[in-house]
Parts: sequence; C-alpha cells; structure tokens
Amino acid sequence: MSLLSASLLIQVSYLLTAFLFIMGLKRMSSPVTARSGIVWAGAGMVVATLVTFLYPGLTNYPLIMIAIAIGSAIAWISARRVAMTDIPQMIALYNGMGGGAAAAIAAVELYRGEPLGMVVGSLAVIGGLIGAVSFSGSLIAFGKLQGLIKKSYRFRGQQIFNLLILAAALADGGMIVTGAHPGAGVVTALFSLALILGVTMTVPIGGADMPVVISLYNALTGLAVAFEGFVLGNAAMIIAGTVVGSAGTLLTQLMAKAMNRSLGNVLFSGFGDTGGVAASGTLTGSMKPIEAADVGVMMAFAQKVIVVPGYGMAVAQAQHKVWELCQLLIDRGVNVRFAIHPVAGRMPGHMNVLLAEAGVPYDLIADLDEINAEFETADVALIIGANDVVNPVARTDKSSPIYGMPILNADKAKNVIVIKRGQGAGFSGIENALFYLDNTRMLYGDGQAAASQLIQAVKAA
Amino acid sequence: MTGIVALYIFMLAAFTGYEVIAKVPVILHTPLMSGSNFVHGIVLVGAMVALGEAHTNLEKTIGFVGVLLAAGNAVGGYAVTERMLEMFKASGARQAGAKRGGH
Repeated sequence: MSLLSASLLIQVSYLLTAFLFIMGLKRMSSPVTARSGIVWAGAGMVVATLVTFLYPGLTNYPLIMIAIAIGSAIAWISARRVAMTDIPQMIALYNGMGGGAAAAIAAVELYRGEPLGMVVGSLAVIGGLIGAVSFSGSLIAFGKLQGLIKKSYRFRGQQIFNLLILAAALADGGMIVTGAHPGAGVVTALFSLALILGVTMTVPIGGADMPVVISLYNALTGLAVAFEGFVLGNAAMIIAGTVVGSAGTLLTQLMAKAMNRSLGNVLFSGFGDTGGVAASGTLTGSMKPIEAADVGVMMAFAQKVIVVPGYGMAVAQAQHKVWELCQLLIDRGVNVRFAIHPVAGRMPGHMNVLLAEAGVPYDLIADLDEINAEFETADVALIIGANDVVNPVARTDKSSPIYGMPILNADKAKNVIVIKRGQGAGFSGIENALFYLDNTRMLYGDGQAAASQLIQAVKAA
Repeated sequence: MTGIVALYIFMLAAFTGYEVIAKVPVILHTPLMSGSNFVHGIVLVGAMVALGEAHTNLEKTIGFVGVLLAAGNAVGGYAVTERMLEMFKASGARQAGAKRGGH
C-alpha cells in the first residue's frame, strides 16, 4: 500500500473511531442502551488500534505487540476477577495507567531533544505534567481504596508545599520549551516533580472523598491525552481526550454536588476521614431493639416497603439475600422500592451496580429526588447498612459536618427498621438521630444473617 | 493539521463531551466514569506511534512502558465497564436476574 493511501485509511478510520466513541458514550448515558454503548466504543478502539499498525515509518513492531499483550493480559485478568465492591479502585488504577501512557508519550518526544516549537513543546510539557500527576495520584487513590494506604498524611503548609512543587515543575517546563537543546536532566526533573506532586496532592484526601478525586484524575487524563494528540497530530486522541476531559469535569462536579461538597473543599480541606468529633449531646430517647420475627410480620402485611441500602450491605454481601426477601414481599403484593442516595456505596451509582449484580431490576430503584416524597406513604423503611444518608440532623443541626447534605427522608415512614451490626456511629463518626426516634426499631446483627432471618420470618407470616 | 483546525476540533469536542453527559441519571455515574476512562485508552495509538518511532534504548524503554500502560487502560477500562453494564436489567428480565441473584 502506498504511503498516501495508508495515511488516508488511517485518517478515515480515526474519524470512524471518534464517531463510535461519541455514540458509545451517548448510549451509555441511558440504562436501556448502556450495554450496547460500551460495545460501540470498544469497536472504535479495535479499529483505531489495528489501523495504527499501518502508520508510515513505524518500527519496533515486536516490542509494540509484546507490550500490548502484557498490558492487556494483566488488565483483563484483574478486571475479570475484581469484586464489584472494589470497582472504584480499579477505575482509579486503569485511569492512572492512561495518565502514565500520556506522560510516556511526552517523555519520548522530549528526551528525543528535537526542537518541537513553542506551541507543540508547551503542549507536550503540560500534557506530560498532567499525565504524570494523574498517574501517581491515581495510584495513591487506588492504594487508599484498596486499603494499602490507611492513613491520610497531612502537615502544616502542605498546600504551599504543593504549590511550590507545581511552580518548580512549570519553571522547569518553561526551560524545556524555550531551551534550544533541553538536556535529559531537565526532562527527568519535570517528570519527577510531576510524580511527586500527584502523591502529595492525593495523600491528604480521605477515603470518602476519593471518588470525586478519581473522577477528577479521569478528566485530567483525558486532557493529557488530548494535548499529546496535538503533539502527535492525532485527531482521534484530540477528540476522544477532549470529550473525556469535558465529560469528566462535568461528572466530577455532579459527584461533588451529590455529596454536598465543592471540589475545592474536597481537594483542600480533608473532611473525608476526620469527623468523629461531632458533638452529639442533644439526642434524647434510646435505641429500641426489635426481633426479626416481628419485622417479618410487619413487612409481610405492609402495602409499601422502601429499602434503603448502604455500603454496609455490600460489605456484608447481603444484597442477594435482601433481593430474595424483596421478591417474597413482591409476590405477596407488597409494593417494594429501593431508595438510593447519591453517595450510597463508594461513588455515585456504585450501589446501583451492586444491586444490579444481585439481580434487582433498575426500575425498582429510585434516586433521592424521585422517592423522597414517597416515604410519608410507606409502611416500612428498611435501612440496611446505611447511616449518614438517613440522618435527620443534616436537616436541622447547623453544627453538624453533614448539615445541608440532602438526605433520604426515611424518618417520615410509619415504621423505620434499622439493620445494624452494633450501636456505633457511622462512617463519618456522627451520631444518627434517626435511631432514637419513636417510630424506629433496631434489628441488631450482620446484614446477611439478619436478611436471612427476615426471609424466614416473612415465609412464616 | 494546522493549529487553528486543531483548536476547532478541541472546542467542538469539549462541547460534545459536555452535552453527552449533561442529562445522565445518577444511577449511571459509576459506569459512565468507567466508560469515559476506557475512551481515553485511545492514548494507546499515540503510545504505539511513540514506541514505533523510538530509536535510543531510553526512548524504546519509555515507549514500551507507555504502550503497556495504555493497553492496560483500554482493556481494563473496557472489561470493568462491560461487566457493570451487563448487569443492568429492567423488570422484564427479572426472572433471569433472580436466578443468578438467589445464590
């Protein structure tokens, strides 16, 4: 094939890839078509990858194929084996790999030392910087969610320290762009500083805020890919990277909003794992226990039951039992709905995935805005593994760290049943006023065991 | 590709990304983040070119790592997204879902 027709074929194929990516993402934004969306996007990736082998002047074919084989194999096996509860950290991991790849492209271009010109040089440097930050930052995020890094390290002046590193990296980048022949040392310094920055930016952020951070790094990786696309003159990279950059930025904002946090707050304050110090002297009454048999009767003869699942349910692997219970109720004619708070699970939408895994159809699952008015007509609100998201102090107590966070109005139901392991406070360490209400009963025990007991109780009722 | 054309592409793609995501329900946030994570796996084609044009051992090493990471991004991103979306079913498919869910 002549050089001309090869590059034309490549250009047309990249155009097709961009089309497939955008259509794929579009389809992924509705539950009905979501499944086919990823297949469309996947087809685009295959087309782009295959056609790139025809790139004029390409060498090192064996190396390319070995690298693709190793990277694909590791990722495929890990992605197939991971439990659904651990999905967020896997997204962080794969995202970090993409950022690292963008940084690697920049590094190859910059180490080569050929003058790139002011604009292209700047884009290579900034893309490399962002990619490297996303790489090391995402790895830290992965480590935190995976439980490899347990503490959040903070020291005085940390933000100033980060700013200084960023300034140094930018100054170093400026030297690379303006210097006639940037030495290898300057290039190495750029990437070292960027990698350090990603680490120091991410270690102070607590586990609860990590999803927002992962989403931010996802957007940043997209941007880095787009910049390196400019450097290589590759339209597919520019389009796909930019689409992800802007979509990811919007998604980050939506997530932060769902958690009632601003992005600045997430990055610079560090509420995510402190808490635990909230004053709670104002709660009156006591927690009133109840037996599973009584709850079973109550639910079996209810007209409407709303289940409020939290991450605790997923940790206890109770979602299958809970769905079994709900099916029994549905067969008895009870109207059962699942109410999902935006931050139930580890990130917005995560709980939907976990319920879907158990076989719960998505049209039984309602989000906060849809369902909040319905609690008043519900006979039973069954809270399982959720805590802060149903805490009424978010509406009333201005001194509480969760004040202002939108909550599920479970307290408005006629009866509230809370399945809980023990009497401790929630993830944030804040006492839950819901547990002390007159219409609340506590069913103590492991989520899975409690759900099994309830199944027996409903069958007996 | 001239600079100004590249800027046009950049601008239009940015609007496209925003519009595609703007009305997405919360239930799909996690799969969509994972899906967009897959899409930037397109960095693979850039990494392939970078390695394919590498001459020195340093360039080859970095390029190799780049292709390896990019392939991981693309393949891992696809696999987890597909696994998640595979599970989304409406009530019509309840029986099939229930069978799997019961165990």
